Amino acid sequence: MQALTNRAKSVDRKPMTFLESIYLWNIFKGMLITFRHIFKKQPTIHYPEQKRPFSPVFRGLHVLNRDEEGRERCTACGLCAVACPAEAITMEAAERVPGEENLYREEKYAARYEINMLRCIFCGLCEEACPKDAIYLSETFAPANFTRTGFIYGKTDLLIPNPKTEAADLAKAKGEL
Amino acid sequence: MSEQPLFKVTIDNITIEVPAGTTILQAARKIGGEVAPPAMCYYSKLQGSGGKCRTCLVEVSKGSEKDPRPMPKLVASCRTTVMDGMEVKNITSPKVQDARAGVVEFLLLNHPLDCPICDQAGECHLQDLSYEHGKEGTRFEFQKRTFHKVDLGDKIQLHMTRCILCYRCVFTADQLTKEREHGVLDRGDHAQIATFIQKNLQNDFIGNVIDVCPVGALTDKTFRFKNRVWFTKPVDAHRNCSNPDCCGEVQLWMRGDEVFRVTARKDEWGEIKEASNGKTGWICNECRFEKKDVKDWVIEGPTKVNRHSVISQGHYVGVTKPNETFSAVMKGRDPKLLMDIHSVSEVNKPNIELSLLDRPAHSTDFNQS
Repeated sequence: MQALTNRAKSVDRKPMTFLESIYLWNIFKGMLITFRHIFKKQPTIHYPEQKRPFSPVFRGLHVLNRDEEGRERCTACGLCAVACPAEAITMEAAERVPGEENLYREEKYAARYEINMLRCIFCGLCEEACPKDAIYLSETFAPANFTRTGFIYGKTDLLIPNPKTEAADLAKAKGEL
Repeated sequence: MSEQPLFKVTIDNITIEVPAGTTILQAARKIGGEVAPPAMCYYSKLQGSGGKCRTCLVEVSKGSEKDPRPMPKLVASCRTTVMDGMEVKNITSPKVQDARAGVVEFLLLNHPLDCPICDQAGECHLQDLSYEHGKEGTRFEFQKRTFHKVDLGDKIQLHMTRCILCYRCVFTADQLTKEREHGVLDRGDHAQIATFIQKNLQNDFIGNVIDVCPVGALTDKTFRFKNRVWFTKPVDAHRNCSNPDCCGEVQLWMRGDEVFRVTARKDEWGEIKEASNGKTGWICNECRFEKKDVKDWVIEGPTKVNRHSVISQGHYVGVTKPNETFSAVMKGRDPKLLMDIHSVSEVNKPNIELSLLDRPAHSTDFNQS
């Protein structure tokens, strides 16, 4: 058979010499590589204490956006759910009644909005599909857990703090404090 | 009828023979496919409709065999009858494509473009038209014309801002119901579909105006904001309706076992199909608005949806559901740990039946325990 690369070596089946049979030489060669790595730059970081900066296009957990007046931008149009390749997003819409104009931006809003983080593949297609600038992928990881129960994120988990009433929380979430 | 002469007409280099008196649009629909010009106001089941929206404009490059001069201007194909030897250009004519883009721009001048809210989105002819023929962006720099939304009776919602004044609903009410109570008031830019002094529309067949409306101007209040069209699954069903004029053959828009909406069956041109008794399949208000229980209906099977339609998304055809393997593997024992989705999810709570509400859901419906 023709060799795939010119680096292929045939197996050497000669009997070992005395020096090779006590293995010391090979152990020394291996340790030399190990010691050389002590002086090299570490490629890893100590994760929880140290953190790497995120790339500007990092796609982490979702947030549901509000406008400047603190009203929810989502109108439950369903485009994120239809764009989602993992079918992770579900929602239920409701009509805004008089008196709720300060809560919701448009006459229709998402009364329930859920993302199943177990299904989500963080592709960001929901963000791309959204016509109302309502959903964004943030720079946060999905936390690990032992059970499946905590992974369905509802509106309380996803909505950003209200910039009017919870300005401090919002600044903290943005990392400005 | 048989001695009626057949006219040979060529549309986009496809020749077809049609009886005299057929319109170009009908002849093109006989050929089918992309050759058929889009129509926003013309409705073959309504007498007198057509000629208003100008989306069906075509170029007649040869008038007839006897008089082969081309027609000087683009003509509305829904109102122009064919002549023998006529040659028509629709998709092959750049003039037509350009004119259609202009028509779409005009139709969208005052359109609010609120498709994310609109219940018609996904089955809206204006959406299709602007997607196919429209230009990106608008040159309109003024305030859009606005109206307040109006309830036409307790089951029909009128969004006058979305209306393109096709008059289909007026013809429907005229020809289907005993007395027409709504029409077009005012003129020009102020023209609007209205009932006189907000009078209720209570006729038995008035719900059909929702089906004929090409845009989201007239929508079903019992379906309002309940679900998006493409998340519901269309199913053909029928019932024995007590109303003699109602065919009882409908399309149910279901999700699971819930019937979210009932509409008449539509053909590939978006018009109401003929029922099995040979008449147009108009349905009565009782079938449309009040029978939201799956037990009221005899289900015939899923509706065939064009695979290019957004409605067909997520509707997997010919799927065989795999058997539960767990108990087979574990010698009949059921799994000990099963997560009930309702214990972790707030969506689709079993105690909240949104489909049975005859109005849009409000925050109070979700906040009840």
